[in-house]
Amino acid sequence: MEDAVKLKVNDKIHEIDAEPDTPLLWVLRDIVGLTGTKFGCGAALCGACTVHVDHEPRRSCVLPVSAVGNANVLTIEGVGATPIGKAVQDAWLQTEVVQCGYCQTGQIMQAVALLTANPAPDDGAIDRAMSGNICRCGTYPRIRAAIHAAAKQGVA
Amino acid sequence: MAGLTIDRRGFMAVCLAGSGGLALGFPLFAPGEALAAGTAFRPNAILAIGNDGAITATVPYAEMGQGAMTSIAMLVAEELEVTPGAVRTMLAPGDNRLYAHPVLGEQITGGSASLRGSWGPIRKAAAAARVMLIEAAARQWRVNAGDCALEDGQVVHLPSKRRASFGALALAASTMPVPSDPPVRTSGFRVIGTSAPRVDAAAKVDGSALFGLDVRLPGMVYAAVQACPVIGGKLGSVDAKPALAVSGVTQLVTLSNAVAVVGRHTGAARKGLAMIEPHWEGGSSTLSTADLVSKADAALDRKGATAYAKGDVAKAFAEAAGRFEADYRMPMLAHAAMEPLNCTVEVRDGACEIWVGSQVPGRARIEVAKALGLGEDRVKVNSYLIGGGFGRRLQSEWIVQAAMIARQVKGPVKVVWSREEDTRQDAYRYHNHSRVKVALDAQGHPVAFDHRIVAPPIMLWFLPSLLWKDGVDIDATNAASGPYEFPNLLVDYVRDDPPDGLLVGNWRGVGETRNGFVVETVMDQLAAKAGADPVDYRRRLLPPHSRIRALLDRLAAESRWGSPLPPGTTRGIAIQSGFGSHMGLVAQVRMADGKVRVERMTAVIDCGIAVNPNVVKQQIEGGLLFGLTATLYSNITIRDGRVVESNFHDNPVVRMVNTPKIDVIIIDSKEEPGGVGEPGTSIVAPAIVNAVFAATGKPLHQLPLPPSMVERV
Ligand code: FES
Ligand code: FES
Repeated sequence: MEDAVKLKVNDKIHEIDAEPDTPLLWVLRDIVGLTGTKFGCGAALCGACTVHVDHEPRRSCVLPVSAVGNANVLTIEGVGATPIGKAVQDAWLQTEVVQCGYCQTGQIMQAVALLTANPAPDDGAIDRAMSGNICRCGTYPRIRAAIHAAAKQGVA
Repeated sequence: MAGLTIDRRGFMAVCLAGSGGLALGFPLFAPGEALAAGTAFRPNAILAIGNDGAITATVPYAEMGQGAMTSIAMLVAEELEVTPGAVRTMLAPGDNRLYAHPVLGEQITGGSASLRGSWGPIRKAAAAARVMLIEAAARQWRVNAGDCALEDGQVVHLPSKRRASFGALALAASTMPVPSDPPVRTSGFRVIGTSAPRVDAAAKVDGSALFGLDVRLPGMVYAAVQACPVIGGKLGSVDAKPALAVSGVTQLVTLSNAVAVVGRHTGAARKGLAMIEPHWEGGSSTLSTADLVSKADAALDRKGATAYAKGDVAKAFAEAAGRFEADYRMPMLAHAAMEPLNCTVEVRDGACEIWVGSQVPGRARIEVAKALGLGEDRVKVNSYLIGGGFGRRLQSEWIVQAAMIARQVKGPVKVVWSREEDTRQDAYRYHNHSRVKVALDAQGHPVAFDHRIVAPPIMLWFLPSLLWKDGVDIDATNAASGPYEFPNLLVDYVRDDPPDGLLVGNWRGVGETRNGFVVETVMDQLAAKAGADPVDYRRRLLPPHSRIRALLDRLAAESRWGSPLPPGTTRGIAIQSGFGSHMGLVAQVRMADGKVRVERMTAVIDCGIAVNPNVVKQQIEGGLLFGLTATLYSNITIRDGRVVESNFHDNPVVRMVNTPKIDVIIIDSKEEPGGVGEPGTSIVAPAIVNAVFAATGKPLHQLPLPPSMVERV
């Protein structure tokens, strides 16, 4: 049966009409209408769908909407309002990271989570944190450089 | 295409790089479409200038990361004396009449040819606007047009300093005669050659960029689809009940070879699809990869159609002091772009509207019209950003599939493929085999080069008028002897058709990728046989004063070729001319416990004028990593008539942790721009395989690297 679920996204409450086991990804995209979070694999293998649930990076393609509970879901549409999010987005532009851009919203959400936990990651820490996020356009070297650049700004 | 002489050997290079756009009668100067509201001046299908002075360029190509929107904004900005940021870009709808590529003859984004297609025409289109704006101002002011120039979005009468904005002049400009051959800037570029920021970057970092997957329409429903997993099979029957029992599912739709579940959101549609057990019928249910490999191997023993012939190969072999022979095998590959295929369609009242990212939107329009029995003018294709194309979206069968689903659904429906579907129903790069025989003189230098190519007839299906001739696939045989000069040469092509129902197509790097691997690894084996250094050996075979020879020397210097390396570390080199560019790579690998680790890649490209050096570097970096994935891992296999691989766990790709250090050097040049999207991919496998050969002394004649040599991350 359908439950009306309350979902907090970017600090705004939405009434969601979907089964509790619906992956958060489709709730965000098709019901809430925030399409910046992407679908890549549906199996927690690529990171394109990364959002933050109470500040933790999560793969929304495998996270049932019911598991979110009262937590706030932060998406790419909201991350720019945070200082680290803004710094990361700026660094992405400065470094000219994007090509097709499809993976980048997930990359940015993952990078923000990394810098929140570790304000000055070295290459090894960046590789470990970011290797769950696939980019088929091959922007990895620039992502790494952009994360260093954002870290240098010291916002974190 | 009368008057276009096809020199097969250099076809892509010469023809696509050529500036013969106008001579070929490209339609970019066709009258613009009906003026949009507020558009005062539309000199052609590319440019529009509003009463408010807003400049809009319609990008005839797909934007799939290669920077088409940025490059076109730059070319327009150069002629109109504004900044690229002042040019708004929008993607052209599907229309082969208005937006055909000047050489490819259709609205196609492929062959690394977008910029080469734009270089002449887009600048001419913008230059026409410039001439007309100036003419309008000169007539208003009753001054000499020759005394007027453009500055910051305004026309200026230089002697009097009188000014008028583009917006104020737009209406008058639209009544001026369209010049047929307006002069374009040929030197002293202001915008061209700068690393202007990408115009699509901001929207791609804040999530507002709209890919096909992001289309939202009132009343839209969502579909998840599965096609018959058995190659060539059909849908027998399916019980819809378990799907319809899923909350949010509204409908089950069947096609002859697929089933789709429709719901109020993609989550419901996917869940519904997972609940059903379609009964599939027929197809090649016993087929395996081994069958396809032996079929291609057998083809190696057949004589093919001659693609190139020079000198007397038989005589050279009869008189040779030595000979070399090797057979090569390349596997099936998937594209695995990050954005799974998806397409939104509404069919209503004898018309069809499509929202999609396609590399061939004009062709998609025609194919859908045919499938639905509609006139082409009843089908509209709206273009969206593409989350990676790599050649997959040069096919339209998935768009037709979406239309066939949509015709059974009320309102617009967004059909989204799963990653598994995207992997298992790809238009694969098919098996490619080669047999190379080389006759050698007493010094071990080649006197005859004989290359037999076994490949599917992709161009017969894709672009026969241009790239299929006398039984030869001109793409598959392109660059089949590398950039080298051999006194005697034979290249023949044996057509190897895939089994019925297995869709094959273009894959980033196309013919150059298959042939670059073969030719450049042969070169290193010949050098080893002759006891020569791979760089020296190649240099002797390259035309003196050629761009490719200069590139080889630059590459050797930049990579510090020959300088000492830590133990266990080796270098491998490869060079290639293709897509109107010249490219070289040195890969540095470390072998430890029999595993290959690629540590560093030093790339040099001569792509003529680099319109945007940053975009060029991006494309090369990305191309290299795309090629690295294929070299290390990629191998799509078939068992019991089904594609085995399904997602990134069993079709792995390079991740950040195994990304080597990459340096890209662009050679300064004043030549016409060459393609940059594909050379990076083509060059990787041979450089890495040559480095491994340098380490082990054992040549490798197939891709990917043996799994025992590769660490999975
Ligand atoms: S779509 Fe969620 S990890 Fe790939
Ligand atoms: S930018 Fe295209 S997949 Fe990452």
